[in-house]
Formats: sequence, structure tokens, C-alpha cells
Amino acid sequence: MSRTALKRRSDLEERATLFAALGDETRLGIVGKLSGGAPQSIARLAEGSALTRQAVTKHLRVLEGAGVVHSVKSGRENLFAFRPQPLKDLRAYLDQVSNQWDDALMRLKDFVEK
Amino acid sequence: MNDRIEKRIELNAPVSRVWRALTDHHEFGTWFRISLDGPFAPGKVTRGKLLYPGYEHVTLAMATETIEPETYFAYRWHPHAIDMSADYSREPMTLVEFRLTPKDGGGTVLAVTESGFASIPAHRRDEAFLRNGNGWAIQLENIARYVTHSA
Repeated sequence: MSRTALKRRSDLEERATLFAALGDETRLGIVGKLSGGAPQSIARLAEGSALTRQAVTKHLRVLEGAGVVHSVKSGRENLFAFRPQPLKDLRAYLDQVSNQWDDALMRLKDFVEK
Repeated sequence: MNDRIEKRIELNAPVSRVWRALTDHHEFGTWFRISLDGPFAPGKVTRGKLLYPGYEHVTLAMATETIEPETYFAYRWHPHAIDMSADYSREPMTLVEFRLTPKDGGGTVLAVTESGFASIPAHRRDEAFLRNGNGWAIQLENIARYVTHSA
């Protein structure tokens, strides 16, 4: 199996978007708060931080764009929840590249030891 | 999760043999299953076509960075460029490094790392990212922690 057979450009773009979204300490902090499991409101996320609700909203939109956060309705309230799948996909991708190296190095071993 | 892949393998062949298998482009092509158009030389790009059935249309560009005889060989490439119509020139390249160490008894310890998966194409960088002084490795460790305890 070739390393190049793995992924298409759209995946590449998704990973880049994900890295960009998480390349900010504030957003990483928000992801941290949400990754505990329970969906939270913007007001709750802004609590105890120096951020305004507007700022939190802006960051949530970026995270939503990268697919790691999604909004859920709870009655009249709009809550935000963590979505771990994109991060799991990223890890799966690295695992796949890693496996391909294992295969290639076994072929190298056969090649130099024969 | 980390931004790099690290491998280590013990080979029952002398360093000189392993070195040739890595840096002679014909030999590299044999075990990696790629047909390469020229030798590896620092600053030069070697292009190749994959030899996997079904993937013969895929070309790879390997930009050699460093060659330190029998010790260290490094190149950059796009790790997964399959769509030939796409322009990958602005997408991240990963750095592949081979380090060779002689082993007692005549064998070779080969360490391979591929790093830079978290590089972001320049056109996607936002100000927040540029202000962020933290290394990607740290960011990814944080992310890994989140993923782990939310699994």
C-alpha cells in the first residue's frame, strides 16, 4: 500500500484548517473546556476568562468551521459541544503513515540482508 | 499524538551497505518501489513514479536537504500528493531523516523520523497562529490529552 494512495486534497485542507483552528491558545483552551463532555453556553465559556462573549463566539465559529465544535439547542439556549472525530482522524492518518514506514523498512531490511 | 513519526530498526548489514540502499537512487527505488529520475544531491529535486499497480500515475518529488556520508541523509517531500491537478507547492512538506549508527557485530541501527505534519500552508495562517509562540509538538500533546480523555 502506498503512502500516496492515502488521502486526497480535501483531507489535506481539512487537516490544515484543523491545525490553524487549534493553533491558538484561546481556542485550544475552549476545546479543553468542552472536551470534558458536557455542552456549554457562550456565557459559561466566557466565565472566569478575560474574554467577552463576542470574542468567545468568534473563536467558537472558527472551531465550528474546523469541525471540532458544534452547536446544540437546549431549550432556548444555544450550547456548544466538543466533536472529537477530526482529531481522531488526524491521529489515524499519522498511524497510517507510520504503518507505511514499517512496511517500507521491512522491505529495506530484506533488501540489505539478502 | 505527535507531529512526528519515529522509527528504529536493526539491520544485519554493514553501515556501508545500508547507506548505499538509502542514497543510491536506484537502490532506494528498489525497496521503496519507486522509479527515480536522478541521483540524490543536496539542493536538488529527484522525481519519481510509484511502482505500485494502480498508482503508476503518481509522481513524487523528493528535495534532498543533507547528505553526510554513512551517517545522515535528509530530504523533504509532500507525503500524500496524489491529485495531479492540485497545486501542492504551497502545502506543507515533511522532513524525512535517516540516521545510521554501526552496531556491535557489524550491523546497523537505522533511525528514521518524518516530521512537520503540523505545518500549515502559509495562506491559511491567521494572525492568532503567528502570535502563538508555542511549538506544534506542545499543541499536539495538548490535543492528544483532550482526545484521550474524551474518548
